[in-house]
Amino acid sequence: MTLRVYAILYLVFLYAPIVLLPIFAFNDATVIAFPLSGFTTEWFRAIPETPALIRSVQTSLVVAVSSALLATLLGLCTARAGARYAFPGKRPVTGFIMLPLVLPEIIVAVALLVVLLALGLPLGPWTVVLGHTLLCTPFAVAILGSSFNNFDPALEEASYDLGESRWATFRLVTLPLVMPGIVSSLLISFTISLDEFIIAFFLTGTEPTLPVYLWGQLRFPQKIPVVMALGTILVALSVLLLSVAELFRRRGLARTGAKDTGGFV
Amino acid sequence: MATTWTRFRRWTRSDSASGLLLVSPAALFALALLAVPLAAVVAFSFWSQDYLEIDRTFTWANYRAAVTEPIYRELMLRSVLISGAVTIATVVLAFPLAYFISFKVADRHKALWIFLVTIPFWTSYLIRAFLWKVILGFNGVLNTSLQTLGLIDEPLSFILYNPNAVVITLAHAFAPFAILPIFVSLERIDRSLLEAARDLGESRFGAFWRVTFPLALPGVVAAALIVFIPTIGDYVTPRLVGGPDGLMIANMIQTQFLRLNNAPMGATLAVIAMLVVSAISLVFVALSRRWSGPR
Amino acid sequence: MSIISLSGVQKHFGDYHALRGIDLEIAGGEFFSLLGPSGCGKTTLLRVIAGFEDVSEGTVLLSGRDMEGVPANRRPTNMVFQSYAIFPHLSVAENVGFGLRRAAMSRGEKAAAVEEALGMVGLAGYGARKANALSGGQRQRVALARALILKPKVLLLDEPLSALDKKLREQMQAELRRLQRSVGITFILVTHDQEEALIMSDRIAVMFEGRIAQLADPQTLYRRPVSRQVAQFIGMMSFLPGRIAGAEVTVAGLGRASVEDDQCPAGRADGDVSVGIRPELLSLLAPGEDTDRQLAHGAVTERTYYGDMTYYDVALDGTDAEVTISMKNLPGRAVLERGDAARVAWDARSLVIFP
Repeated sequence: MTLRVYAILYLVFLYAPIVLLPIFAFNDATVIAFPLSGFTTEWFRAIPETPALIRSVQTSLVVAVSSALLATLLGLCTARAGARYAFPGKRPVTGFIMLPLVLPEIIVAVALLVVLLALGLPLGPWTVVLGHTLLCTPFAVAILGSSFNNFDPALEEASYDLGESRWATFRLVTLPLVMPGIVSSLLISFTISLDEFIIAFFLTGTEPTLPVYLWGQLRFPQKIPVVMALGTILVALSVLLLSVAELFRRRGLARTGAKDTGGFV
Repeated sequence: MATTWTRFRRWTRSDSASGLLLVSPAALFALALLAVPLAAVVAFSFWSQDYLEIDRTFTWANYRAAVTEPIYRELMLRSVLISGAVTIATVVLAFPLAYFISFKVADRHKALWIFLVTIPFWTSYLIRAFLWKVILGFNGVLNTSLQTLGLIDEPLSFILYNPNAVVITLAHAFAPFAILPIFVSLERIDRSLLEAARDLGESRFGAFWRVTFPLALPGVVAAALIVFIPTIGDYVTPRLVGGPDGLMIANMIQTQFLRLNNAPMGATLAVIAMLVVSAISLVFVALSRRWSGPR
Repeated sequence: MSIISLSGVQKHFGDYHALRGIDLEIAGGEFFSLLGPSGCGKTTLLRVIAGFEDVSEGTVLLSGRDMEGVPANRRPTNMVFQSYAIFPHLSVAENVGFGLRRAAMSRGEKAAAVEEALGMVGLAGYGARKANALSGGQRQRVALARALILKPKVLLLDEPLSALDKKLREQMQAELRRLQRSVGITFILVTHDQEEALIMSDRIAVMFEGRIAQLADPQTLYRRPVSRQVAQFIGMMSFLPGRIAGAEVTVAGLGRASVEDDQCPAGRADGDVSVGIRPELLSLLAPGEDTDRQLAHGAVTERTYYGDMTYYDVALDGTDAEVTISMKNLPGRAVLERGDAARVAWDARSLVIFP
């Protein structure tokens, strides 16, 4: 019983900042403090009237979609190699691909910056895409790895055995069974890229992504309420995308008939 | 006898060939965008920069500066201490929750709980860190609420723009990272082991201490590493809530690269940070192995 | 002509030598079993025939055609997997009809073929079910129907019954045997269950450590195993030290007997030998009972009750070795206790000689 109380308090701690976000986004005051002064939608209405913000949203969307696609594609290959084949150097190679998961982001950002500058390449959204793909690939590998591990390799062999080619087998058997994992990987990579700040901060050049733009706005107290409004939309979007990702993960489990273990065991 | 050609044909159909072919896109990508850049950072750390000119003669000057100048030493030490505090706070707070979800929650509700725990992690980190500044500030949510309730007369000032604020904010940000590995290791414990311990005369607490905890230890170690390593390189939180006494090594690295145009010094600090993190992690893993391994 | 012909087949997985030179001919219409403990290479051999593994050395001929470089999807073999590998995202009918996708048949003909295949395995009318909703035995039948619908020359079965409980397994053994006779296709069964192999097969290859130890019909395999290893793997056998000179063998605890050539499946040479005998070929005599068989004396050291049978361990006089004797539990038959003196009846023709 005491454990349950502790768990609930823990959730309150976890959710405190997120709950405050919409409260201040609709509060009719430029100072972010209690007591609340009144209800307004002014801050939300200000969003579409800020061209720099709109541009940063567009940049972020392009970056997030590209990173999600690239990371999922790389993750698909790596996860399949890891789940199906034994090959020389398997552990060190996959370990290296998963490295960004534990490397401090600032190191990744600095390292990429050094090389790009040394090569004289111009910074821009595409350099952020490279960094984000590097960062998202380990997540894609982890998600898709569990999809591949959850299904019996004999299913693919059965398909070859019944006369289908490798490609047809992939299309008829593998893809339908891994599809929930692919969707889930795309959504999660998209979310990570959309929220990522440090790599974008170092590599963004003259077209900031949304988090980099927001960072710039945090210095101006009068802009804070608009940031809160935008943050509310972002959080709502993230929660929506994650719920969809979770739904697909569960559907995938139901399809392969595996036991639901929360996706991490 | 198989000819060389049929041997090669067989190899192209083998596991090795298929695996290598499939893993190569991601491996090459990581090689080009991680291995090469990391090598470049190491190279930079032995060079020097005069305004925009990079001087590529080998020098230990950066490392000498990093060791002798108090500001670098102090930032590095503070980063380690703050990360250590965050790690301990996060893991200690996370264990009971992971235990609750694994042992007390019904199987069909576990996925929901894990989902609930992970959601905050996926929302914008930048905005979460900023919100802690709002919560903890002099005129922030916490102080104004406590004052309105009449619990305090003066705003509490020890909770913003200092290392405490950094620890609280980071502990919040990394909570799911600690909960998940501990939860996974708890889930893998065969429940009949606990029944066996009870059957052999252990109390509830004894069974926990002699069976559950040792078996969950790998998860606890993983949780500690997964929190410790990234936090030491955190940039956003110290900048937003740390004040001058709460800044960490990442802030200095950024300053060297983007403000002072001294990439070699920044690279040196990055290399030192990586070395320190690796050294501490290795020592930690070695100690935990010795402690938990068969004695 | 043999439908399958393997010669000098070897398979390495890295340093692991899974198959160490297999030569094998399997005739059309035969029910053939690969029997052995886990890790003996029997599943690898099946997968080599199916085309899931390439050979490292040697050749595989199917209907006289060299299979080198022919992938699994182009071989005239179909497989029933140990896990059954029922596609979880498809219905029963879609599973069974999976291999017909590219067949030159109309939609109606395909549906009829699927229904016929389902009927053959006793699942008529199950086509619309979800694959996930089936029981273990039903999944096994779906896997069979799916493999047989393509009318393969050879059906490969990888431990197909090991996941079923005992009653269902016995029922499926009889059914598989009947099915094989009615379709007339060559079946190759991989199993670690010696009883299953004996019940179902025309011929059995016993494998140990990547080699075929003995290839024979069930009776020969049971009565005249070529080595102690084979003898111990199939049924129960007691071994006594002995000495052979010409046609005469002297067996510790039993006495002298003359043996024929067929009782020395591994060849005959004078010298020390190991003499094997099955428990059911020895009998314990009741007190006062007479016999014209040969007689030996000893004492009961252990008695194990099996319901229909009782097994006695008997220490024979004049040797350290023990023999196991099985006796039917008939009404009125006396039960011996541990420590009782035992008179053991035996026949020279029951002995098997191992070098």
